[in-house]
Amino acid sequence: MTTPSSEFRYPLDIRKIRSDFPILARQVHPGVGLVYLDSAASSQKPEAVIEAMSEYYRNHHANIHRAVHTLAEEATGMYESARGKVAECVGAKPQEIIFTRNATEAINLAAHSWGRANLKPGDTILLSEMEHHSNLVPWQILAAEREVRLEFAPLTGSGELDMNAFETLLAREPKLVAITQMSNVLGTILPIHAIVRSAHRAGALVLVDAAQSVPHIAVDVRELDVDFLAFSSHKMCGPTGIGALYGKMDILRGMPPFLGGGDMIRKVDWRSFEPNDLPYTFEAGTPPIAEAIGWGAAVDYLRRIGFDAIHTHEQALAAYAMDRLRELPGVRVLGPEASKRGGVVSFTMEGIHPHDVAQILDSVGVAVRAGHHCAMPLHDKLGLPATTRASFYLYTLAEEIDALIAGLRKARALFA
Amino acid sequence: MDDLYRQQIIDRYKHPLKRGVLDPHDISYEDENPLCGDKLRIDLRVGPDGRITQAAFSGDGCAISQASADLLTEYIEGKPLDEVKSFSKEDLLEMLGIELSPIRLKCALLSLKVLKAGAYGIKEDLEGE
Repeated sequence: MTTPSSEFRYPLDIRKIRSDFPILARQVHPGVGLVYLDSAASSQKPEAVIEAMSEYYRNHHANIHRAVHTLAEEATGMYESARGKVAECVGAKPQEIIFTRNATEAINLAAHSWGRANLKPGDTILLSEMEHHSNLVPWQILAAEREVRLEFAPLTGSGELDMNAFETLLAREPKLVAITQMSNVLGTILPIHAIVRSAHRAGALVLVDAAQSVPHIAVDVRELDVDFLAFSSHKMCGPTGIGALYGKMDILRGMPPFLGGGDMIRKVDWRSFEPNDLPYTFEAGTPPIAEAIGWGAAVDYLRRIGFDAIHTHEQALAAYAMDRLRELPGVRVLGPEASKRGGVVSFTMEGIHPHDVAQILDSVGVAVRAGHHCAMPLHDKLGLPATTRASFYLYTLAEEIDALIAGLRKARALFA
Repeated sequence: MDDLYRQQIIDRYKHPLKRGVLDPHDISYEDENPLCGDKLRIDLRVGPDGRITQAAFSGDGCAISQASADLLTEYIEGKPLDEVKSFSKEDLLEMLGIELSPIRLKCALLSLKVLKAGAYGIKEDLEGE
C-alpha cells in the first residue's frame, strides 16, 4: 500500500516555496484551483524573477555594451552578472556561456557552426532513441547538407539507454555524440559521466541536451567533461526567450560565427569583418537583456533551495505518482523505476485517448500534457501514437498527484 | 467539459456504427493530425447515380475525432456526392452539438478534411476560416 500524501515527507520548505509562485494561487475554472503538472514543458515563475525583470524595465533599461551613459552601464553590468550566475550554476566560465533564444537554438548553433566546420561526407553523429526533436532535427538538416550519417543508440525494454549497444556504436568512430541527459518523455536520467568517458575514448565530442536536467539536478560541465551543453531558462523558473550553449573554450575558439550583425564584430569594413571575442562572437544583435536578468534571478532562487533537495523531492513525487497510477486498472506507466528518473511520469490509459484524458483533467484543474511531447520517433518505437505526461517541480505537492488520480478516475467513469 | 463528453460522443467512440474498411471502394483517403497523433481514413462506395451507397472510417484518435468521423460517415450515406460537397464545418459542429476550443476543433474537423480531400480533392484550411 502506498503511503498517503498526508504523510509525504518534503525535503524542502514546500509551503514557503509555493507562496513564492503567485500563479499557484489562481483558479482555472470557477471554484477550481490550479494543479500544475506540466513543468517539463515550462515551469512557473517565482515572484523574485518577475520582480527582477520588472525592476530592470522600471529603472535600468538601455541597450548594452556600447553607450557610455549610466543606464547602459547599469544594464550591461546586470546582463553580464546574469551570465556569470548561469555560468556558475553549471560550473562554467562566463566566456563559455553563449546566450541563445532557447535550448533548441543552442543545439542549432552547435550544428550550424561546429558541425559545418568540422564534419565531412561519411562522418557519423551518434544520437539516442529518446531525443527530443530539438536534438534530432538540427542534425538531420546537417546530415542532409553534409552527407553525414546519423546512428541511434537504442533503449532497453525499461526505457534506459542500452549501454552495450552504445559502446558498440562507438566503434563506428562518430565525430559527435549528441544526447539528452534526461528524457522529457520517460523521465530517464542518463549516465552522462560514463557516456562522455566512452565517447572521448572513441574520439568523439559530446553535446548534451540538458533542457530537462539543469532545472532539476546539479550539473557541472567540468566534472562531466562535456564539450557542449544546451539548456534553457523557462524550464528552470526563468522567463521564456533565453537559453544557453556552453562550449569548451578551445572548441568555441575554433568555431566560425553563427549569425552575423552588431555586437558579434570587433571591426567591419565594406567587404569583411573581424569577429568579436567569446562569447560575443556568437551573440549578434541586441540580446534578451531583461530575460537574462530574470534567468539570473531564477538561478539565485534555485541555488538557494539547492538542486539536491529539488531532485530528492521530485524523485519522491515520481515514486508516489507511479505507485498511485499503478493502482488504476488499465494504466500503463512508461519508463524506468523512480530511482532512475526525474519528476516526469508518462502513461497511457486503456480505451481513452491522451487528449481526452488531458481535457477531462483540465476540468478538475489538473494541467498535464498529451501528445508525443516532441518525440515522435520515440513514440513510434514504443508503438504509441500519444501519451499523457505529468511532470513535477520544486513546488509540486503530493496532494496534487492525488488530484491527478481523482481526475483519472473521473475519466474512467465517463468512458465506462 | 461535461458537455464535451456528452453521452452521444462517448457512445459513438466506444461503439461506432461506421467503423471499418471498404474493399473494394471507389474513394479512399487518409490523413492525420500529426500534433495529436490522430489518424483517419474514410472509404466510400459511389453508385452509378452518384449517390454514396456506403461509407466507413478507420483510424485512431481521441473521442472527438472518432465520434465526429462516425457521425459524418453515417450522415453522408445515401446522399448524392454532389450534395455532400456543400456540407460545412458549421454543419458538422451542429451535428456534434458541442462547443470546442480551437485546439479540439482540429480533432472534430479531421473527418471533414479527409472527406473533402478524398471525394473532391479539396484541401481546405477548415480551422483557419
